[in-house]
Amino acid sequence: MAMLSFERKYRVRGGTLIGGDLFDFWVGPFYVGFFGVTTIVFATLGTLLIVYAAALGPTWNIWQINIAPPDLKYGLGLAPLKEGGFWQLITVCALGAFVSWALRQAEIARKLGMGYHIPVAFSFAIFAYFSLVVIRPVLLGAWGHGFPYGIMSHLDWVSNTGYQFLHFHYNPAHCLAITFFFTTCLALAMHGSLILSASNPGEGEKVKGAEHENTIFRDTIGYSIGTLAIHRLGLFLAISAAFWSAVCIIISGPFWTRGWPEWWSWWLDLPIWS
Amino acid sequence: MNKFIAGMIAVFGAAAFAIFCIIVFEAPPIDTVQRGFRGLGMVENTNPRLERIKVGANQLPEPTPPSDKAGHTAASVYKNVPILGSMDEADFLRLMSDITAWVAPQQGCVYCHDENDYAAERPYTKIVSRRMLEMVRYINGSWKTHVADTGVSCFACHRGQPVPANAWFLPKRSQPFNIVGNRPAQNLATGSENVAFMAVQNQPFAPFLQKTDEIRVVPTRVLHGKNVPSMQATEATYGLMGHISQALGVNCTYCHNSRSFMSWDQSTPQRSTAWYAIRMVRALNNDYLEPLKPVFPANRLGPQGDVAKVNCTTCHAGVAKPLYGAAMIKDYPILVGPAPARTASAAK
Repeated sequence: MAMLSFERKYRVRGGTLIGGDLFDFWVGPFYVGFFGVTTIVFATLGTLLIVYAAALGPTWNIWQINIAPPDLKYGLGLAPLKEGGFWQLITVCALGAFVSWALRQAEIARKLGMGYHIPVAFSFAIFAYFSLVVIRPVLLGAWGHGFPYGIMSHLDWVSNTGYQFLHFHYNPAHCLAITFFFTTCLALAMHGSLILSASNPGEGEKVKGAEHENTIFRDTIGYSIGTLAIHRLGLFLAISAAFWSAVCIIISGPFWTRGWPEWWSWWLDLPIWS
Repeated sequence: MNKFIAGMIAVFGAAAFAIFCIIVFEAPPIDTVQRGFRGLGMVENTNPRLERIKVGANQLPEPTPPSDKAGHTAASVYKNVPILGSMDEADFLRLMSDITAWVAPQQGCVYCHDENDYAAERPYTKIVSRRMLEMVRYINGSWKTHVADTGVSCFACHRGQPVPANAWFLPKRSQPFNIVGNRPAQNLATGSENVAFMAVQNQPFAPFLQKTDEIRVVPTRVLHGKNVPSMQATEATYGLMGHISQALGVNCTYCHNSRSFMSWDQSTPQRSTAWYAIRMVRALNNDYLEPLKPVFPANRLGPQGDVAKVNCTTCHAGVAKPLYGAAMIKDYPILVGPAPARTASAAK
C-alpha cells in the first residue's frame, strides 16, 4: 500500500496518550499506537472466544449461534465458562476493543491537532452498548440481564425485554430516541442531497457553492442553517439518538417495573384535572 | 445579565426536571425473577416497596376456628337450606359467619337474610348469594384446571365488600358511527385502565370474556390471503392481554415467549392456566351472573341494564396467584362441587 504523495506531511510524531514513542508508527495506511495494539488484542481474543463458545454450542448455523449471559442466580459474580462465563469474557473483550478504538481515535486527533469530536461521538455508541451489558445489569443486580450474543437470540432478547413492559413504544426515552434516529435520517438525506445537487452538477455545469446551498433552503423554507451548523446539528441528532437509546433501556427495569403505558398515568394524575 | 437569566432558567429547569423524574419513576433495588433460558429476556421485574403494599392489601382473613361437630345436619335444624343442608350444623354456622366476614362484614347477616325469618326467600341478595354458592362450587369442582386445589371462596372476589370492587359492566353506549365522528372506546383516558393504559379499544371484556370472539390473531398462513385478522382485531386482543397482565401484575413474558406468541411449545405452563381461565370466566358470566338480571334491583345494574360481571382483576386484584396463593377451600369442603363428567368438554 503505497503512501499518497501528501500523506507523509501528516505522519508526525507525538500526541500519544500512553506508550510514548514505542508504538508511534504506521503499518501500511494504519496508525498503530498503544491503543491500536490493545484493539487488536481485545478484538482477536474476543472473536476467538466467540468462535470457541460457538464451537461448544449445539449449532454452526450462523443465525442460531447463541452465547448467552449467565442465569440471574449468579448475580454480579462470575459464572462458569459454559454457563455465561464466556459471555462475561467476551463482554470484557468487546468493551476493551471499543474503548481502545475510541482512544486510538483520540491519539490520532491529538497527533493532527484536531478536536476530539470523533472519539466523543463514537463514545456515545460505546455508552449505548455499555448501558446494555453493564449499567442496566449492575442496577438490576445480575449480569444475566445483559443481552445474548447471537443473531436471532439477541433479537429474541430485545423482543422479550420490550414485552416485559407490555408496550415499549410508550417508553418516553424510547420515543425520544426513535425521533432522533428518524430526524438523523431526515437531516442526513437533506444534507447529502443538497451537497450533491450543488457540488456534483451535470457535465458542462458549474460547481455551486455555499450561497446556492443556502438560497435553495431559504427559498424553500425561509431558513438555511448554514454550512458549519448543519454538521453541528447532525452530530447533535446522531449522538442524541444513541444517548436516548441508552437511557430508554437503563430506565426499563431499574427505574420502572410496570408497563410503559402505565407510566403516563402521571399525566392523568396531574392535580389540574384529577 | 442575559447570561445570568439563562443560567437561572437552566438551573431551575434542571431542578424541576430532576424532581419530576423522582416523582414519576421508580428506583433500584428491583427484584427480578428469571422465567426462561438465560439471556432470553423472560423476566419478571417487581419493585419490593410497591410489592410490600400489595402483599398487605391481599391477605386472606383468618378463618373462624372450627368448633366441635354438632352431630346433625343443618337441614335437620333449619328450613330451606338446599345447597348447604348436608353440612354438619356447626360447620354450617361457621361457614355462615365466615361468609358474613367475606361479603358483608358491616351489614351482617341481614344483608342476605330477613331478620324475622331467615328461611324466607328475601331479600334479593339471598337469591343471589345462593347462586353465588353454586358458582363457587362449580368453579372449585369443574375448573381445577384454573384454580387447582387452592380454590376460591367468596373472599376471592368480594374482599369484605357486598359488591366486588373489580366487577365490570357493559359501557354506556357510545355514539353511533357516522360522519361526525366515531369513538370506538379508544384513545380515551377513562377506561384505559381496562387495557393497561394503552390507546387500544378499552372494552375487551364483552367480546372475549362474555362472547367468544377469536383471540388468536397471528395468521396461520405465510402469505396474506382472505380472512387475515384485521388491525382492529389485533388491537382488541392486545387490549385483552393488557388486561390480563394488569390483573395479574405480570408482564407478557409470564405466559409468552414473544418470539412466537401463538406457539404453545414456546410458552410457559402459566399460559394454559390462563387459557382455561378465559373459558371459565365466560362460563361464569354467561351461566351464573348474567341470568341473575331479573333478580337484581335497577340500581345494581350497569348503564346498559346488565349484571356486574367478572374479569381477571375481580379475583386476582393485581396478583398472579390471588391472595398470594393462600388456600381458600381447605377448611370448606362444601365449597367444592362435583367434578364434571368430561373436563375437556368445558372448553368452548
